[in-house]
Amino acid sequence: MSGVILFLILLALAAAGYVLGRRKAAALTAGDQRLMHSLISFHGWNVALATFLAGVVVLVIWSFLNSFLGFEGSSFITPVLAIGAAVVALFWSYSRIDKDFRARNSVEAMVKALLITASSIAILTTVGIVLSMLFETIRFFQQYSWTEFFFGANWAPNFRGNSDLGILPLLWGTLYISIIALAVAVPIGLFAAIYLSEYAGPKTRAVAKPMIEILAGIPTIVYGLFALITVGPLLRDYFAQPLGLGNSSASVMTAGLVMGIMLIPFVSSLSDDIINAVPQAMRDGSYGLGATQSETIRQVVVPAALPGIVGAILLAASRAIGETMIVVLGAGAAARLSLNPFEAMTTVTVKIVSQLTGDTDFASPETLVAFALGITLFVLTLGLNILALYIVRKYREQYE
Amino acid sequence: MTDMTAPAAPAQKKHSSLLTLDERTKKRNAGERRFRMYGLAAVATGVIALILLLVSILSSGLPSFTQTFIKADIYLDPAALDPEGNRNPDDIRKVLTFSYQPLIQNSLSDLAAEMQAGPAPELTDSMLAGMVSEEATAQLRSFVINNPDEIGSTVEFEFLANARIDQYLKGKVTMASAELDSRVDPAQLRAADAMVESGRMEKRFNWDFITNPDASENRPEAAGLGVAIIGSAYMMLIVLCLALPIGVAASIYLEEFAKKNWLTDVIEVNISNLAAVPSIVFGILGLAIFINYMGLPNSAPIVGGLVLTLMTLPTIIISTRAALKSVPPSIRDAALGVGASKMQTVFHHVLPLAMPGILTGTIIGLAQALGETAPLLLIGMVAFVKEYPSAPPEGFFEPATGLPVQVYNFTQRADPAFVERASGAIIVLLIFLLAMNLIAVILRRRFERRW
Repeated sequence: MSGVILFLILLALAAAGYVLGRRKAAALTAGDQRLMHSLISFHGWNVALATFLAGVVVLVIWSFLNSFLGFEGSSFITPVLAIGAAVVALFWSYSRIDKDFRARNSVEAMVKALLITASSIAILTTVGIVLSMLFETIRFFQQYSWTEFFFGANWAPNFRGNSDLGILPLLWGTLYISIIALAVAVPIGLFAAIYLSEYAGPKTRAVAKPMIEILAGIPTIVYGLFALITVGPLLRDYFAQPLGLGNSSASVMTAGLVMGIMLIPFVSSLSDDIINAVPQAMRDGSYGLGATQSETIRQVVVPAALPGIVGAILLAASRAIGETMIVVLGAGAAARLSLNPFEAMTTVTVKIVSQLTGDTDFASPETLVAFALGITLFVLTLGLNILALYIVRKYREQYE
Repeated sequence: MTDMTAPAAPAQKKHSSLLTLDERTKKRNAGERRFRMYGLAAVATGVIALILLLVSILSSGLPSFTQTFIKADIYLDPAALDPEGNRNPDDIRKVLTFSYQPLIQNSLSDLAAEMQAGPAPELTDSMLAGMVSEEATAQLRSFVINNPDEIGSTVEFEFLANARIDQYLKGKVTMASAELDSRVDPAQLRAADAMVESGRMEKRFNWDFITNPDASENRPEAAGLGVAIIGSAYMMLIVLCLALPIGVAASIYLEEFAKKNWLTDVIEVNISNLAAVPSIVFGILGLAIFINYMGLPNSAPIVGGLVLTLMTLPTIIISTRAALKSVPPSIRDAALGVGASKMQTVFHHVLPLAMPGILTGTIIGLAQALGETAPLLLIGMVAFVKEYPSAPPEGFFEPATGLPVQVYNFTQRADPAFVERASGAIIVLLIFLLAMNLIAVILRRRFERRW
């Protein structure tokens, strides 16, 4: 029986339970609700929810056990078990209907359980991410030595076996592109935030702020295409070829520049919030001593906001490290350790995509390396986020 | 008398006045002006980058909304198309596209004579037939299947022109490049010029770009976004139906009911971490759990929808919590005062008042999910899908693709005409995003209450 039909049967049972429960409750005190603890609709909902939840819980537990232990005839047993549990729950809750029965409390307890389940999905997701990558990574390290992976300087996967899978060129590409991106985004974002919060009039702010926010809402594939068709050829024709530094339109500089543009609104809006949080009293004190506006900003406001700004920069760095589409389209797929920013260099994320797409044998080290790369990426970004949070918490001054 | 030596003449204290500024003040003022300039330059750089981006995408993508067609009269020969003579659609369907090719060639034969007489003497019949897209036979065939009564008559049909001819009319292919190109001949381009002048060939607005399914590598002129739009629509539907209830339920629990213990802290830290995890990690999660462990079909909208739900959940939770927090405590106290339970207070009073904020946050989360590409690449949506998925719920399990993934697909193909298609697809994507964000802003303006 398909899952959809089973689901519909459980729903139908629950609906029947609601109608029956309500009728019984209404007949209890001849419909005089003042004599009962709970409203008659709560009695109905109690029966309905008990029926439905019993069926769903038994279904989930059984499917879970089944996937590990594999009972026979499970396609027959599963619906029987679920529907049986639902019917048992229906009869049991129907029998409890009484004028003093705390139906409202019972319903609210079940709803609360549902809410807690919904909240735990967040934890389950994180657990799922870690576990899914961990198991495959362990399988990978059984086939390929971890020292060679973490310290190898050569990335040359060969699907016939005997490939070199060292992460260092990829980490270098990621680092290089992120540094260029931050070098573009942090000055522009910070100065834009300072200008918009300190100097700009309301009209300028009303126009410029939304435009910078729009930059944040553009999907990264658009930036990737922009890098591919405009920025790449522009840099190659006007900078790389004349200077003799490189010949390809996909380069670290292309991806770094475009990623920097993408990060500008990120840095700008976070810095804006932090700069606005610095109390006016500090600025007024500085003006009172005769400082100009720029001196106030440079010597009073920014140092006061520094932990937050550093946190914003770290979050932007974490975003830059995890970015995929811009580097896929803008930086190419050649893994090399080079200092020339006009050469194509690839990153961890590009290689995850390329190793997992395409027809590959799922148990080969070339495919499993993608999970090892993924868990490295996850740990890196998690570390940066936690560091950002820690710095902000530790050094933030509590003003008034 | 003191031992003090007479002080030296005191250093002349410069009287600085507001009317004559001294050196130091001038420097400080110059520094102030410079700083202000930097700020303005930064804002201008951001705005210019945005304008450059939009102009570049628009200029590259707008031509994809027009397409070149060749008008010709075609005689639908019943001997070739309906050998049984009974106009039965099933029999007509058995005739393959291969049989339609000679019909097209015949219909262009007098046009070929006209071309050979004047503008393009070296144009052969097959060259002229080559100017028509390879997809044209399939289009003619579906026309005949839908209109079997037309067999035996001569109809005026608009044939889709070849990609190279189309790009010539859009200015990307020139006579010089045609000399070196194996897929087009300068004679064909001269013939194209003559046909445009005589009105046989025209460039018109191309709805097929939005409704056609994807086409193969050699036929960029027939590639369309239909499957991608439907796939994205299915995924957005799944995200809406799953992420909204779960997100609101989780927020209600965290905001109203959770006790301040370590478990709640863990949940909150988890949610803010998930909001910052790179999207490709969610793709790996989808691949490992939904496809490998649970065995859901590869490249199906349901897997994409589930992965995007997990990605959108933190956004919805954060914005819903802000909306719930903004409802003033007096509402809750009043409800409790008339005897409602905590649950009734939340569901009957707080939640309806927080609804506008929740909806705004959901729409913004959906807009973010619409543009995500990396996780969809990993769950297999890169495949070439030529058929529309059927209606839900079966359609959720059939292979499909998404708009951003379709853009990625287009960029990976060799034919340069696909660049224009990719930019056109991005324009469609940006229009959807603009519409969603506008709806969110309008909702916020109309329904937001200031307490």
